[in-house]
Amino acid sequence: MSILKTFKLGGIHPKEGKLSANSPIKNFPLPKTVYIPVSQHIGAPATVLVAKGENVKTGQLIAKGEGFISANIHSSITGKIAKIDEIVDSSGYPKKVIVIDRADEEIWCDNISDSDPNTTKEFSPEEVKQKMREAGIVGLGGATFPSHVKMSVPEGKTAEYLIINGVECEPYLTSDHRLMLEKGDEILKGISIMMKTLNTKKALIGIENNKKDAIEHLQKLSKNYSGVEVVPLKVQYPQGGEKQLIDALIKREVPSGKLPIEVGCVVQNVGTAFAVYEALYKNKPLIERVVTVTGDSVKEPSNFLVRIGTPIESLIEAVGGLPETVAKVINGGPMMGKALSNLSAPVTKGTSGILLIDKKEASRKTSKNCIRCARCTMVCPMGLAPYLLENLANRKLFESSEKEGIMDCIECGSCSYTCPANRPLLDIIRVGKGEVNTLRRKRVQK
Amino acid sequence: MGQSQLIISHSPHIKGKDSIESIMYGVVIAMLPALLASAWFYGIGALKVVIFSVIFCVIFEYLIQKFLLNIESTVKDGSAIVTGILLGFNLPSSLPIWMVGVGALVAIGIAKLSFGGLGKNPFNPALVGRVFLLVSFPVEMTSWPRPLDTRTMLSIPDALTGATPLGLIKEGVAKGEPIAEIMKHAPSHLDALFGAIGGSVGEVSALALIVGGLYLLYKKIITWHIPISFLGTVALFSGVFWLIQPEKYVDPLYHLLTGGILLGAFFMATDMVTSPMSKLGMIFFGTGAGLITILIRLFGAYPEGVSFAILIMNALVPLINIAFKPKRFGEVKNG
Repeated sequence: MSILKTFKLGGIHPKEGKLSANSPIKNFPLPKTVYIPVSQHIGAPATVLVAKGENVKTGQLIAKGEGFISANIHSSITGKIAKIDEIVDSSGYPKKVIVIDRADEEIWCDNISDSDPNTTKEFSPEEVKQKMREAGIVGLGGATFPSHVKMSVPEGKTAEYLIINGVECEPYLTSDHRLMLEKGDEILKGISIMMKTLNTKKALIGIENNKKDAIEHLQKLSKNYSGVEVVPLKVQYPQGGEKQLIDALIKREVPSGKLPIEVGCVVQNVGTAFAVYEALYKNKPLIERVVTVTGDSVKEPSNFLVRIGTPIESLIEAVGGLPETVAKVINGGPMMGKALSNLSAPVTKGTSGILLIDKKEASRKTSKNCIRCARCTMVCPMGLAPYLLENLANRKLFESSEKEGIMDCIECGSCSYTCPANRPLLDIIRVGKGEVNTLRRKRVQK
Repeated sequence: MGQSQLIISHSPHIKGKDSIESIMYGVVIAMLPALLASAWFYGIGALKVVIFSVIFCVIFEYLIQKFLLNIESTVKDGSAIVTGILLGFNLPSSLPIWMVGVGALVAIGIAKLSFGGLGKNPFNPALVGRVFLLVSFPVEMTSWPRPLDTRTMLSIPDALTGATPLGLIKEGVAKGEPIAEIMKHAPSHLDALFGAIGGSVGEVSALALIVGGLYLLYKKIITWHIPISFLGTVALFSGVFWLIQPEKYVDPLYHLLTGGILLGAFFMATDMVTSPMSKLGMIFFGTGAGLITILIRLFGAYPEGVSFAILIMNALVPLINIAFKPKRFGEVKNG
């Protein structure tokens, strides 16, 4: 057996905990009410197009993404706009949501077809970008960057590779895994569309080797698609980090502060590829996604196809309710997810999983003196010195921390995970990053 | 549990298993083979020195933190035990117990706690304690009981003292004797490997130290960078002299097996607190320590130089950390 590819600097191997890997995707029942935030993406919030009392169909545009970096928002059910309200989401801040009460009968927008009508469609690049934008597709790996932006290759650059992220390196999460197993052909169709749009001859699907069934499945299917290769990768966190994935697959280093296109790559998540297929073949906007609901004391760890705006608490109820032993609920995975304070917060485009964490793991341990063991520098996938960045941020030496590369930090959490002295390295580094951002803005103003 | 009691914190939400305690007790386990070998070759005296050293270190740490500094004691983290064993390892098994206490007080009180405790000390506490004792009580610190003779299985009473292999060589070379002549009455390579040589408690058996060192590497408590660069430099540097003048310089293998090099390379130079933070820095650190050790052994007044070499390199660590930063991913060179 050949040695599996991986990224070159640092990395950790937390327990995998993929409890829901063998549970097929189930359609989640339509909720009575959905809460659809107007900002589920990086960039400007979408502008609300509907008013209280209005009737909307499933798939209807209800908020429009203005400006280049923004995304459209669609109604995920058929019903009546109850109100435009605010709800505390996983960021901890109140966010504007459109509240829709469901009608008894579901009516889809006219132009959406629920079946796959045609298997040999040809799309022009402009049409694809336009459709992606209309469908409100964002990066479904969790970063939620509007996907059409990535599809517009800047002048002077070429996309030699389309890299498809099927790594799912976050422990516990299995939504991408299940999607690859159950919607392989659709994902590959989405990939082909994006390859043509980017004028790219080569697509690489990176999958961690703990999903052997998905690797074999896609390898078999990809024989029918030219230029698509499935690459098994070593199980090592954060293999799914964009820069790490590019490094692992084609040994190219994205320069500090630059985007993947700098080294001839466009990276999209498998879920995004599936959404592209749905948008182009079915004219279907992004109104649902696969969400893993899991945890060590969850009775039936599951994968659901959930309409956007469904309250997270109803997902938890569906797997048997909140167990007594659970003390923390995470939107996302255990390494990069966000702890929820409000369980009525809705599922959004970026919700890849809901993880319930038991009491014994939920609290931080007391932080002690740094013993200078250097483990943080050894595990940092960006080659930074987290202990130093923490120290500089604590001493408010933000200019120095910028020179030491604090803005390169991808917030993967490997340093905090590893620290034997339980130091909150990433917490402090985040504060430092915020301050450096402020400094940079001030510099621009001058 | 209700929603209002949910715990909120930033990611990551899971934590690796390593803790300061697991690291420190791992080091303690790694030192057990050497301790047992020492007890076998030097008898109860060796155990006594180590056990009292540990007791003194723990008690001093507790008392100073509790009554002098008025802070919560950190004795449970195991670092005082590690310092205690290491200090004991660096002393002759015949050292009076009260001197062990003085060494422990210097190690814990001055070298560790006066700088702010674990993590803040620039110098390896056990080595500071040892060097303090060496300059304060030079006679007691250089009187070595003879080890058990493996050929006759006769234990030799504590009163009889012999020299360390390196001491014998230094003395012989000073008198102008050729190495071949000196080696006739010095312990063999095999003796040095198993432990039938005179020396400090912990440096008696090369084999036991290697076993402990491999355990540390296997448990990922240390990385290879410091020990390998340290040992490699010693072998290379002493090898060059040996090749040029074999009648005047002993072979590199003998250098590696005798004295405190293995103890130093695996257990003391690798002390996390006082060693560099990047792989390149660690290699520089190990190389420097190896070079200084051999310079002292071959040309210095002392027969052995591991302690001084490590302490000198400890002093350079802040500079090494500035000079050798980890290589950043996607680093853009300016200008």
